[in-house]
Amino acid sequence: MKTDPNTYSALGEVAAVNERRTFWVRIVMDLRKAPLTARFGMIIILCYALVAIFAPVLAPYGEAEVFPEPYAPWGSVYIFGTDQIGRDIFSRMIYGARNTVGIAVATTFLAFLIGGVLGLAAAINRSWLDQFLSRSVDVLMAIPSLIFALVLLSIFGSTVTNLIIIIAVLDSTRVFRLTRAVALNVVVMDYVEAARLRGEGLGWIMRREILPNIMPPLIAEFGLRFCFVFLTIAALSFLGVGIQPPTADWGSMVRDNASLIMFAQYDLKVGLTPLLPAAAIAVLTVAINFVVDWFLHKTSGLNDEQ
Amino acid sequence: MLSIKGLKIQGFSDEKWHDIINGIDLTLHAGEVLGLIGESGAGKSTLGLAAMGYTQPGCRITEGEIIFDGVDLTKLSDSEKRKFWGNRMTYVAQSAAASFNPARRLIVQTTASTIRAGIKSRQDAYDDAKQLYDVLNLPDPDNIGDRYPHQVSGGQLQRVMTAMAMSPRPDLLVFDEPTTALDVTTQVEVLASMRSIVQEFNTAAIYITHDLAVVAQMADVIKVLRYGSEVEEAPTRQMLTAPQQEYTKSLWSVRALEKPQQEVQASVLSLKGIDASYGAVKVLNNVNIEIPKGSTVAIVGESGSGKSTAARVITGLLPQNSGTVQFDGEYLPPELARRSKEQKRRIQMIYQMADTAMNPRQTVREIIGRPLDFYLGIRGAAQTRRVTDLLEMIELDASFMERLPGELSGGQKQRICIARALAAEPDFIICDEVTSALDQIVQEGILKLLMRLQDELGLTYMFITHDISTVNAIADQVVVMNQGEVVEQGLKTDVFQPPHPDYTALLLSSVPEMDPDWLSNLISKRADAGH
Repeated sequence: MKTDPNTYSALGEVAAVNERRTFWVRIVMDLRKAPLTARFGMIIILCYALVAIFAPVLAPYGEAEVFPEPYAPWGSVYIFGTDQIGRDIFSRMIYGARNTVGIAVATTFLAFLIGGVLGLAAAINRSWLDQFLSRSVDVLMAIPSLIFALVLLSIFGSTVTNLIIIIAVLDSTRVFRLTRAVALNVVVMDYVEAARLRGEGLGWIMRREILPNIMPPLIAEFGLRFCFVFLTIAALSFLGVGIQPPTADWGSMVRDNASLIMFAQYDLKVGLTPLLPAAAIAVLTVAINFVVDWFLHKTSGLNDEQ
Repeated sequence: MLSIKGLKIQGFSDEKWHDIINGIDLTLHAGEVLGLIGESGAGKSTLGLAAMGYTQPGCRITEGEIIFDGVDLTKLSDSEKRKFWGNRMTYVAQSAAASFNPARRLIVQTTASTIRAGIKSRQDAYDDAKQLYDVLNLPDPDNIGDRYPHQVSGGQLQRVMTAMAMSPRPDLLVFDEPTTALDVTTQVEVLASMRSIVQEFNTAAIYITHDLAVVAQMADVIKVLRYGSEVEEAPTRQMLTAPQQEYTKSLWSVRALEKPQQEVQASVLSLKGIDASYGAVKVLNNVNIEIPKGSTVAIVGESGSGKSTAARVITGLLPQNSGTVQFDGEYLPPELARRSKEQKRRIQMIYQMADTAMNPRQTVREIIGRPLDFYLGIRGAAQTRRVTDLLEMIELDASFMERLPGELSGGQKQRICIARALAAEPDFIICDEVTSALDQIVQEGILKLLMRLQDELGLTYMFITHDISTVNAIADQVVVMNQGEVVEQGLKTDVFQPPHPDYTALLLSSVPEMDPDWLSNLISKRADAGH
C-alpha cells in the first residue's frame, strides 16, 4: 500500500495493520497455544457439560428410582453401590451434574445480569444512584453470605427458584463491585463522552460503548463466580436447605452418605462413596480455575514468555 | 566519543521480527549536540537508547557496532553496561512526571546514581546538585531539592531531571523529547537552561524531537530519520537553509501553510458572560467569545487557561454558572440533557486523542454509521453508500470500512473522527487540539482537509490549540485565553500585529522559530527588558 514515499497521502500512511483473522481462526490459534492445564480444564468442563446434557441416556437407572437394597456395595449391578434408601449412586451422580451445575449456571447468569446492569448504571451515572447502589452493596456484603442465604432460605422456603434468586442477589454484589470498577476506567474515555454528546441513551452507552471493552475481566469473573456459586449451593445442600430430595445433587449426596466414611476400615470402597460427589465438585472447580487463569493471563497482556 | 556503524535493530510484534533501525551510522564528538528528528515510528527513540547500548524489551540488535570511548557496547553484558549507565551516559525522558519516584525528595533522586557509583561523596554531590539547580535557573536552588516531585511544576521537574542527568558529569547525554509535554512559555526556559548546561560542561548530547524549530536551537548537527533509515545529515544551518532531500524539504514546508484572511460574517455562536467552575474551582471568568459563520476561530492559551472548558460549556457537558450560549439565534439550554437532538446534531466535536475518541471494539463502518442512523435515520444500503462517500471525502476509501481503530495510523484515526463529525451534517465543529498528537506532515494533511471541508460545506470551526503555527495555518480569528479569561480577541492579522497585551506578547515570542539564533536572541532581548 506504500505510495511514493516523498509525497504525503492519507491512504499511504503506514498503519499497524494486523493480519485480519476471523473469530474462529483466532480461537483455534489461541487453543493451540493454550498451556496443558488450560486444555485439561477445558476437556473436564466439556465432559461435565456432556454428562449433564445426556444424563438420561448415560445413567443406568432413574434419578429417584428406589431399589430394595439400601447401602449395596460397589459392584456390577450398582457401580458405586446404593444409598441409604436404595437409590443407585452412579445414576444420581450423573443426574447431579445436571441439577447442581445447571442451577449454578442459571444462578451465575442471573447474578451477572443484576450486578452487571446495576454496576454499569452506577459507573455511568455517578450521582445519587451510584451512592445508593454502592452503599446498599456495602451493607449486603457486610453480612456473611452463607448465613444470610441460610436465613433467607428458611424464611422463603427451599425451592429451586428461591435458591437461584437468593444466591444470585447475594453474589451480584461482588459482580456489581467489579463491573463498576472496570467500567469507571472506560467511562472516562472520549468515545463515551462522544456518545453522550451525540445524545445516546443509557442503554446504548452500556451495551455498545462500555460492555465490549470490559468483557475480559467479566468473563474471568464469571468463571470464578460460577465456582463460588457452585460451592455455595453444594454447601447449602449439605446443610439441608439447598436442593431438596428426591432431586439428585452432589452436596446433599455428600451429607446423606457421610456416615459411610466410618466403614472405610472394613471396606475401602464403601468409605469412598461420600467422597465421589465431593470429588466431582472439586475437579470441576479446579478445572474452571485452570481455564480462568489462562484466560486472565492471556487478556491481561502480561506475556512474559517471549 | 561515540560511533555507531551499520546498526540494525529489530522489534518483535505480531509474532514476527520487524526492522526498526535499518543500518545507521552515527558519530558524535565530545561537546557536540546531535539532533535526531523524524516522525513517530521513524526509530529515533530506539536509536537514542541504542546509543547507550540499551534496547527496549522485545527488541534486539542484530548487526552493527556501538563504540563508546573505544568499547563496543554490543559485546558487553548487561552488568558491564550498567557501569556506564547512570554515570558516564545519562538519559532525560519525555515525561518527567512519570519518571520521578513520587515518594522521595528531588535532591535524593538527583544525586542517587552519582553517590552509588562513588563519583562524589554525599555532601559533594548535594552541593553540586544545588549548583546545577542554580545553573538551570530553578527558583531557590538551595532548598528546591528538599521538595517532592508533586511540589514543583512540570517545567521545573524537567529541569531537575536534567540536573539529575548532569550530576555524574556524563560524557554522553540523551534527551528524548524533553519539552514535548510543556507549554511554549515554559519550553523556552527549559530549552535555554538545557543548552547552557550542555555548553558549560562540554557534554556530548543527542537531542531527540519531532519539532524542527526546537532542534534548530539545540543541535550542532541534525540527522533526519525515516522508517529506521537515515534521510540526511548536515550541520544545523546548512540543513535549515539548504535541505537536500525531498522528504526533508517537505518537513520544512509544513510551517509555511497559511490561511488567507476572510471577510467577517454574522456570528453563529456567541458566548456572553460565561462563568464556569469544576466544583469550587473557578475555571472561566466572564468569557465572551463571538464566532462568525463560516470562519475558523482559534482559541489559544497554555494548559489550564480554560480553552477546553469553554468547549465543554458550548457542548453542554459542563453547564455554566452564569452567562448565555447563543447558537444561530437561539439560546442553548446549559445542560446537555435538555438540548434537542437537532441542537446536538448541529454542534459536533473532534478530540485531541483520536485513539481514545473511538471505541476500539467498533469498526469504521459502525463508528461513522452510528450518527447517520441516530440523527438522520439512514440505514442499510443507503448507510453503506453514505459511509463510502464520507470516507472518500476524507481521502480514504471503502477498503477501510471493516477496520478497527487499532488498525489505523494516527492520521487515519483522526480522519475517521472527522468523518464521524461530518456524518451528523453539523454546522459547527469544535476541534480540540486535533493535530497536536500527530507528526508534522500528517498535521499538514489534516489541516488542509479541514480547510477544504470548510470551503465545500460552509462549516464553522472553533479550533483549540496551543500551537501558533497551526493558528497561522487555519484561523481567521484568534482568541487568546489565560487563566480563565479572554486576554485578546479579533482578526488573526490584528492579534498577531503589535501592540500586544503582555500575555499575548509573551506567548507569541515564546513560539520557537526555525532560526538557529532565535533562542539566543530571545534570551538576550528578555534579559535587556528585565533590567
